Amino acid sequence: MKQTVRVAGGQGFWGDSLDAPRQQVEGGEIDYLMLDYLAEVTMSILQKQMERDPAMGYARDFVGAMESVMTGVMERGVSVIANAGGVNPPACAAAIRALAPSGNSAEKLRIAVVTGDDLLGRLDELIDAGHPLANMDNGDPLSTVRDSVLSANAYIGSEPIVEGLSRGANVVITGRSTDTALTMAPLRHEFGWGASDWNKLAAGIVAGHIIECGAQCSGGNCLYDWRSIPDLANVGYPIAEASPDGTFIITKHPGTGGRVSVPSVTEQLVYEMGDPHEYITPDVIADFTTIRLEDAGPDRVRVSGIEGRPATDKLKVSIAYRAGYKAVGSLVYSWPDALEKAELADRILRERLDRLGLRFDQVLTEFVGVSATHGDLAVRAAGDSRDYPEVQLRVGVRGGDRKSVERFTREIAPLVLNGPPSVTGFAGGRPKVEEIVAYWPALIDKRVVQTKVEIV
Amino acid sequence: MRLHLLDVAHARSGDKGDTANIGLIALKPEYYPMIERLVTADAVAGHFEGAIDGPVERFELPNLNALNFLLHGALDGGGTLSLKTDAQGKVFSTALLRMTIDISQDEARTLGLEPLE
Repeated sequence: MKQTVRVAGGQGFWGDSLDAPRQQVEGGEIDYLMLDYLAEVTMSILQKQMERDPAMGYARDFVGAMESVMTGVMERGVSVIANAGGVNPPACAAAIRALAPSGNSAEKLRIAVVTGDDLLGRLDELIDAGHPLANMDNGDPLSTVRDSVLSANAYIGSEPIVEGLSRGANVVITGRSTDTALTMAPLRHEFGWGASDWNKLAAGIVAGHIIECGAQCSGGNCLYDWRSIPDLANVGYPIAEASPDGTFIITKHPGTGGRVSVPSVTEQLVYEMGDPHEYITPDVIADFTTIRLEDAGPDRVRVSGIEGRPATDKLKVSIAYRAGYKAVGSLVYSWPDALEKAELADRILRERLDRLGLRFDQVLTEFVGVSATHGDLAVRAAGDSRDYPEVQLRVGVRGGDRKSVERFTREIAPLVLNGPPSVTGFAGGRPKVEEIVAYWPALIDKRVVQTKVEIV
Repeated sequence: MRLHLLDVAHARSGDKGDTANIGLIALKPEYYPMIERLVTADAVAGHFEGAIDGPVERFELPNLNALNFLLHGALDGGGTLSLKTDAQGKVFSTALLRMTIDISQDEARTLGLEPLE
C-alpha cells in the first residue's frame, strides 16, 4: 500500500481556470487529479443542452482539460476523477475516448462511467411509490412544481468511484457525485478504508471540502492578510497529501503563487458551512468541530483529528425547475449629486412600469457604489457624505409573464434622453430576459437509487 | 472601548438556498474567547436588522477559533431567484466585519488591541 497519496484539485466550478488541470499534472508529482464542475443549477443547464442535442449534456470544458493532461494520464500514471458527466456521462466518456490516440496505446486509457444518479425519468414512478420529494426548505411536495421540473439528480457518494478505480479505470466520469466524494474515493481505494471506517471517511470528506473550490483554499479570495499573498497571477491550486491513517497535508506545487496557511485553509473550511457538527454526505457524517490544523512549514498545513459517524439512510436530491423570468438593467450617473439623480431615475422608471400596467413578483433597486453589497450598514457608515463620484442604478424585475419582463427591458434606455442628467453606461444595450431555473433540494431513500459503473 | 470586528477577525461567507452562512475567524487565537462572548446570535441579528427576513443561528468551532452564523432569509429567495448583486451571499462576510463590539480597557490592553478612534 502507498504511504502517501496526492490528490490535486484542478477545477472549483465550471468556468474555473482552463490552465489549472495541466499545471497540477505538470507542476510536480501527483497521483490523482480531481475536477469539480457542478454547481446547484448546472445540471439544469446541461439538461437543456441535451434536449437540443442528445450528444451534449456534460461539462464541455472537461474535454479541453483532458486534452491538456492526456500525456500525464497515459504515460505517468495520473488518474482523473471528475463529475463532468453532468446529465450525460456516457456522451462525456465518448468525447474523452475520441481524444486518445488509436492503436495499442489506446488501451492505456480506461474510462469508468458512473450513472444512476439521474432521477428525471423516474419522478412520477417515485412520487406514485410514496416519495414526496418535499422541498427541504419549505416542506412543499414536488407535485406542486412537477410540470416545471427540468432536471432531478441524487447526490451520490464514493462507492461507484471506488468501484471504477478497483476495476482499473484511470479516468472516472460521474454525473451528480458530491464534490467531496471525488477526493475521498481515491483515498478510500488506495488505503482500503472500509465502508464503516467513519473517522477516515470523514477525513477524506474534509480533504475534499478543502480542495473542491480550487484556489479558494490556497490564497484565492483570501481575506486574511490579502495584500501580502504573492503572485496570484500564477496561483497554485491545492493538493491533499494523504496518509493511510486519515491525516493529510494541504499544500501546492513549488514555484506557484498564492499561499497555503492555517488562515487560508480555515476560510475554506467555513465556506458554505451549515451545522459544523454534522456535515452530511452519502458516505459519512463529518464533524468539523474535531478538525485540527497546524502549520507544517511554508505552504503546508497539517490536518488531523477528524471524527465521523454513520451516514443517514437518505440521499439529497437536486431538482431544478422553471420559475418564471427575470431581467436586470443598469445606468451610471456621475457627480454632482450622482445618488440623487439615480434615485430620481428609479422613481421615474417605477412610475412608468406602473402606468404600463406591468405587474411583477418583485422589482429590486440597488445603488451600486453606495449600498449594493452592504445595504443600510454601508449607508449608516457613510453618514452625511453623499458626494459620490458616480453611482450605478441597477434595477431587476422578476415574474411569471415573459412579455412583461421583456417590456421592462425596453424602459431603461429611454431614461438616457428623457430622465435625469449626467447619465452614461448604456453601451451594453438592452438587458436580456433570462428564464429562471430555481433549485429544489429534497431527500430520498438511499435504497431507491442504484448506481452503475461501466468501463468503456 | 469600541472595536470593529475587522480588527480582530477575518471571515468568509456563502449560500445554501435562501440562507447565507458567515464563518467568522479570530485573527489570533487569544481573541477567540472574547469574540465568542460578544458576537452572539442576537448581536448578529441586530447588526443585520432589516436586511434579513429570518432568524440567526450560531455554531461554535473553538478548534478553528471560529464561529459559524446562519442568516436565514438573507438572500432574497436565494440562488437564481434572487435579483441581488450578492445573490450568493459572498460579501456578507465583510458586512459582518463592520460590526462594532465594546470591551474594557483592561481586556483590550491584555489582548494588545488599539481602540477604534
